[in-house]
Amino acid sequence: MIWNTILLALREIRRNVLRSFLTVLGIVIGVAAVIIMVTLGGGVTVKVGDQISSLGSNLLIITPGKRMGPGQVSGAGPFKIDDATTIAREIPGLAAVAPMSSRAMTVVFGNQNWSTMVSGITDEYFTARNWAVQAGRQFNASELRSGAAVCIIGATVQTKLFGNQTAVGQRIRLQKIACEVIGVMDAKGQSTMGTDQDDLVLMPLRTFQRRIAGNTDVNMIQVSAQKGVSTEKVQRDIERLLHELRHIPANSENDFNVMDMKEITKMLTNTTKVLTGLLGAVAAVSLLVGGIGIMNIMLVSVTERTREIGIRMAIGAMEREVLLQFLVEAIVLSSFGGLIGIVLALGGSFAIASALSVPFIFNAQIVLIAFLFSAAVGVIFGYFPARKAARLDPIEALRHE
Amino acid sequence: MNARQAPLDTPLIELINVTKSYGSGSASMQALRGVNLTIHAGEFVAIMGASGSGKSTVMNLIGCLDTPTTGSYRFKGIAVEQLDRNQRAQLRRYELGFVFQGFNLLSRTSALENVELPLIYRGLPNAERRQLALNALVTVGLQGWANHTPSELSGGQQQRVAIARAIVTQPAVLLADEPTGNLDSARSIEVMEMITRFNQELGITVVMVTHEPDMAAFASRVVHFHDGLVASDVQKPGASS
Ligand SMILES: Nc1ncnc2c1ncn2[C@@H]1O[C@H](COP(=O)(O)OP(=O)(O)O)[C@@H](O)[C@H]1O
Ligand SMILES: [Mg+2]
Repeated sequence: MIWNTILLALREIRRNVLRSFLTVLGIVIGVAAVIIMVTLGGGVTVKVGDQISSLGSNLLIITPGKRMGPGQVSGAGPFKIDDATTIAREIPGLAAVAPMSSRAMTVVFGNQNWSTMVSGITDEYFTARNWAVQAGRQFNASELRSGAAVCIIGATVQTKLFGNQTAVGQRIRLQKIACEVIGVMDAKGQSTMGTDQDDLVLMPLRTFQRRIAGNTDVNMIQVSAQKGVSTEKVQRDIERLLHELRHIPANSENDFNVMDMKEITKMLTNTTKVLTGLLGAVAAVSLLVGGIGIMNIMLVSVTERTREIGIRMAIGAMEREVLLQFLVEAIVLSSFGGLIGIVLALGGSFAIASALSVPFIFNAQIVLIAFLFSAAVGVIFGYFPARKAARLDPIEALRHE
Repeated sequence: MNARQAPLDTPLIELINVTKSYGSGSASMQALRGVNLTIHAGEFVAIMGASGSGKSTVMNLIGCLDTPTTGSYRFKGIAVEQLDRNQRAQLRRYELGFVFQGFNLLSRTSALENVELPLIYRGLPNAERRQLALNALVTVGLQGWANHTPSELSGGQQQRVAIARAIVTQPAVLLADEPTGNLDSARSIEVMEMITRFNQELGITVVMVTHEPDMAAFASRVVHFHDGLVASDVQKPGASS
């Protein structure tokens, strides 16, 4: 019985291939959109993770404040330079402890200006980040100690302010201070999150504190562990030490954060997952619209085929069978649409993924869900027209036209 | 459905004091006003009468597409007015075959698939269904036309496909409402000869509405309708009932 009904439905769909295709176009697009969004989102998540771990799996980042959620911190006292010194002295197995402070500022050279991130750093920064200058030199010991007005700029700042001219030896203005450029960092390019890693100006931490911040705060301490040393152990040691240094009562939460790369990766990938979910949801709305399209065409089709329904009833089709026929037609149609959408989406997301150089990760789960959803759309939006067909009066239906 | 086990002397079709009204209140009109008609298995009955006299209405009732307003219609002894929509659909499926004036074939559907349709509702397996449908097409002289759609067939051929569709299930009754109404006389006679053959060779009871005395002449009994009532009921001399 059900096979006969599917057979009838297939015959009906074949009877009008073009209209059938147009009917399901909405479903095709909806399914394709959902799968492409989720597949690409998955690829981006993986790429973000890869890129963060390429920063160095032995890097730890210490920031003040409790973590409330992804990217959110509550206010808490900043660190001082002594905290970094103490960590370096007390914790074994560290390669570098790099305290830093940053602020967004406008830098000016001649009539060019550019807003960028200015950070005060120590020598350890270059070790911790495993990063070096491509032109000029790093800060020397006396510049670091005395807080000299010197800076090293990122490749982007070089381009924006100096174009092709040599930057080393020139003076740039940061608020009221004039600062000599003594070096240009190696270009790192964009991070997956879209931030430009070369858009920065570095200066000695002391210079930053005295001339720009006007305090002795340290906003962040980057720590890299020596090869072969467990970052988990280093993390625990630092947490214990800071807990003590900052006089936190034994049973209260820490007012600082020590994150290793795994945690940072998790935090960022969570963010991309949320984004993926949102995009997928938007795409799912188009599936709904596709369903309404099916209902619309099915209703037209019931009216158009009133006479046919009359013939079927005269021949002996029962209410249930007519209902089932139209319902199965809707489901077969929308499932076909789903299948076409899946094929398009896999091709499409493969192409887009390669174009954006994001890994293509086949997500069987979302393909299955999208397919089942498209079939469900057929059931939901096919039911009303099908019921309308089944309730027709055979005599009226035969006389139709 | 134990229709086939009815006692032998039970008439196949029995209309008892049947009325049929359309509409309600002042707009109401009575298409049938107390029809009594008994048809036995194997008969070939022609129904004649002026337009609007109630011929199609009585055919719809006999065909279980509709129920009487008052009175009773018994098919093989079963009171059809007491059946629900689905039970009447079952009767149509297993006992009745329809031929309409306007052919009523499914468009863009091959002759073969049109003839297969009632067998699909009977749930016959694929191969058997195909074979029976092909046989029926041969019976109506359409071998070689199985894969043509109605638009590729002449009116006479379309009506023969419709007849094949009606008799492929070997129904007890063939109901034909002006089957030759849209055909020229040569085609009409072909169709009538075919229907007569099914009546005589397969014993299928035929009830046929027609305007034309030439066509009614093929029947063994002619019932005249006038204004919603049976005006005359004439058995052809020498014809058996
Ligand atoms: N569905 C209907 N609604 C209202 N009146 C109808 C309907 N069907 C038939 N009639 C009326 O009933 C009468 C008999 O119709 P019908 O049985 O079709 O006549 P015939 O087939 O003999 O020409 C006509 O007056 C017709 O107008
Ligand atoms: Mg009529």
